[in-house]
Amino acid sequence: MSMDRRKFLKIAGISSILGFGASVASATHTIWQKGLYPPQVDKNKEALTAKRWAMVVDMSKFKTEEDVKKVVSACHQTHNVPDFRNPDDSVNRKDEIKWIWQASYERAFPGQDNKYMSEHMKEMPFFVLCNHCDNPPCVRVCPTKATFKLADGITMQDMHRCIGCRFCMAACPYGARSFNWRDPLPFIKNVNKTYPARTKGVVEKCTFCSERLSEGKIPACVEAAPQGGLLFGDMEDPNSEVRAIVSNKYTIRRKPDLGTGPAIYYLIGGGDHA
Amino acid sequence: MLEKALEGSKKYWAWVFFLSALSAIGVYYYLQQFFYGLGITGLHRDVSWGLYIGQFTFLVGVAASAVMLVIPYYLHDFKKFGKIVILGEFLAISAVTMCILFIFVDMGQPMRITNVLLHPTPGSVMFWDSVVLMGYLVINALVGWVTLGADRKGMPPPQWIKPFIYLSIPWAISIHTVTAFLYSGVPGRHFWLTAVMAARFLASAFAGGPALLIILALIVRKLTKFDPGKEPIQALGRIVSYAMFANVFLLGLEFFTAFYSGIPGHQHPFVYLYAGLDGHAELVPLMWTSSIFAVISLTMLWVPAVRRNEGTLALACSMLFISLWIDKGFGLVIGGFVPNPFEEIHPYWPTMPEAFITLGVWAIGFLVLTFLYKIAVSVRERNIGIEIDH
Amino acid sequence: MKIYDGGKIFLGLLVFVAIATFPFTFNMVMGKGTKTPEPKTDTPAIQEYEKVNGKKECVESKEFMRTEHMQLLNNWRDSVVRDYNRGYMSNTNGKRFNMSLQNGCMQCHSNKKKFCDECHNYMAVKPYCWDCHIQPEEKEEAKS
Repeated sequence: MSMDRRKFLKIAGISSILGFGASVASATHTIWQKGLYPPQVDKNKEALTAKRWAMVVDMSKFKTEEDVKKVVSACHQTHNVPDFRNPDDSVNRKDEIKWIWQASYERAFPGQDNKYMSEHMKEMPFFVLCNHCDNPPCVRVCPTKATFKLADGITMQDMHRCIGCRFCMAACPYGARSFNWRDPLPFIKNVNKTYPARTKGVVEKCTFCSERLSEGKIPACVEAAPQGGLLFGDMEDPNSEVRAIVSNKYTIRRKPDLGTGPAIYYLIGGGDHA
Repeated sequence: MLEKALEGSKKYWAWVFFLSALSAIGVYYYLQQFFYGLGITGLHRDVSWGLYIGQFTFLVGVAASAVMLVIPYYLHDFKKFGKIVILGEFLAISAVTMCILFIFVDMGQPMRITNVLLHPTPGSVMFWDSVVLMGYLVINALVGWVTLGADRKGMPPPQWIKPFIYLSIPWAISIHTVTAFLYSGVPGRHFWLTAVMAARFLASAFAGGPALLIILALIVRKLTKFDPGKEPIQALGRIVSYAMFANVFLLGLEFFTAFYSGIPGHQHPFVYLYAGLDGHAELVPLMWTSSIFAVISLTMLWVPAVRRNEGTLALACSMLFISLWIDKGFGLVIGGFVPNPFEEIHPYWPTMPEAFITLGVWAIGFLVLTFLYKIAVSVRERNIGIEIDH
Repeated sequence: MKIYDGGKIFLGLLVFVAIATFPFTFNMVMGKGTKTPEPKTDTPAIQEYEKVNGKKECVESKEFMRTEHMQLLNNWRDSVVRDYNRGYMSNTNGKRFNMSLQNGCMQCHSNKKKFCDECHNYMAVKPYCWDCHIQPEEKEEAKS
């Protein structure tokens, strides 16, 4: 059978597209056909559960720089967050990764200061972290559902699936997310062997310690904070401490008018609730 | 028809070789980025999108601009665009290819890109962006190839291609609207949260794309025997003038809303870009260049005598293209990230590897454009004098 | 039948065959790649398990694991991260295992070099698990 070049190229092109398509389809079929369902898989009996996890931050309980540092290192140590600080201890803005850190009042709540406020007030430290919003823009924009909402209110990050497009970082109004601009493994100070690290090219952020909740433990930051400094509980539980505070005392959230519904409440005025 | 791309003069091959060398340099730096991570660029925690995404945004506009030829020719029977439509469609293919490449080089885990298809997320604008970009590439490749093939045989194209041509019109509008939605749908970035983002995008696309096409058509006329004609170029010039006016007007509207409302969050990005803020004025010269070029080119285009002279028209179009490239390919992205959500200024500037990767992608795009244009021009040169009714 | 340029053609074919079979011939000459992999399952942790339970037991049978551990780990990953599950009931022995690479599999199979890498190196496979997951310290096998 004689064939001219055009016909040959057309047939070659179409068959390679079909072949490629078929191999993708069969790979997809293999991935999708197997899953794990109860009762073969189950949750730990000791796991802490909630309908809506939330946190109340009471900065009045943090008296010293040490108190603040302990909270940040507890989180970052537990989760193998790399330390990119420069040799002189200054921040390396380029590569830094942080899940929880402190920001001044005027930075954490922009627009809520006024020109008559003292510098001392403006510089007051507040913990900032992912707000685990009710209506998170980051989840809305993620093209692979690598960031998604768990049933208990946590905005979770699946570092396996993240393709590193950083749309979530653009969408987050709170600057809560960090990206691995380079391989973090050499920069982890004390490796925690019971938790993985991440690799370059994925986004990471606070996960409300979902792996610790699975084991019946409260988040690392809450555990490391002075008594009553960080309160963690189920907002939908009418008897929880966080519910009591938020119902009866004055708390503010960051950028509430954006409709994101943050779950981190900052207690104003301190108080005796521990 | 493909073989036409492989026959050419010494100048043609010198140009192809030059572009291939630039592409190879880009690939070399991309491999560095692949193994080190995106930290090789100037990006950081506060400005997480930069040159790559800016270029992607700009080129989606150029790709969409093919519709400015398709609508008059296919919907309104504007026969004068007959010879030039193919150039527009091939420019669209080249631009979409560059868009896809820029997205690829920007990804942190490019090997996981199939996750977008394995885990489709209809609620995510980025998912739809990838769908419409792929579709647009396929449509333009199909339409361009079939119509050019028909031209080569001296025949009008087959009827079955007409639905695809008509489909490409709303599809072109959609690719740029969806890209605009990437910006205008996120709540935390004041510079981007504007309803006119899609309108601005389309206006600058319909100005910048045809402007580039005018320059390319003039080059094609100079280098080959294919002459698109004076009338189509003038018609394009008129389209560019109106679209540029719309673009400048819409930008003015943005300034008005930001400054008349007085809301600090809305003003700060403009102040940072055009005047400097908190001691940071890195982008001020660039942004003013963009604005001055925009005003000058618009004025030039409005004066009929200047527009009719193809030399000054080319100058105006070049200034316009540069102005839009700065505004959309750079300023737009940075303005969204600076100041950051904490109202701090952490500036961004591309690094050398980043610049070479960008240049490499442009070189690959122009290589695709060169090959496609060579094919189109060769076919047309054979058919000079024969008018084919579509 | 006359073959034009027959010499050049057969020479070319010979060169092609040499290049195409180079991976095999090279390994044969260098003496590696012909040994079937033997992953070692006698880490201290596994020996301890054997003492307590009388036999060595993995999450599933050896045959199943050999062909399916990749898929199993993928499923575990989605089940843990996305569905909050932690316990996996084995199809083979009905026991409940912790669905975790670092805190599950590697607790017993702590000898990555003599276990995981044995087969992976033989198959020239580089799973990217270890880009993120921390490799356990290689413990010396206890002499029994």
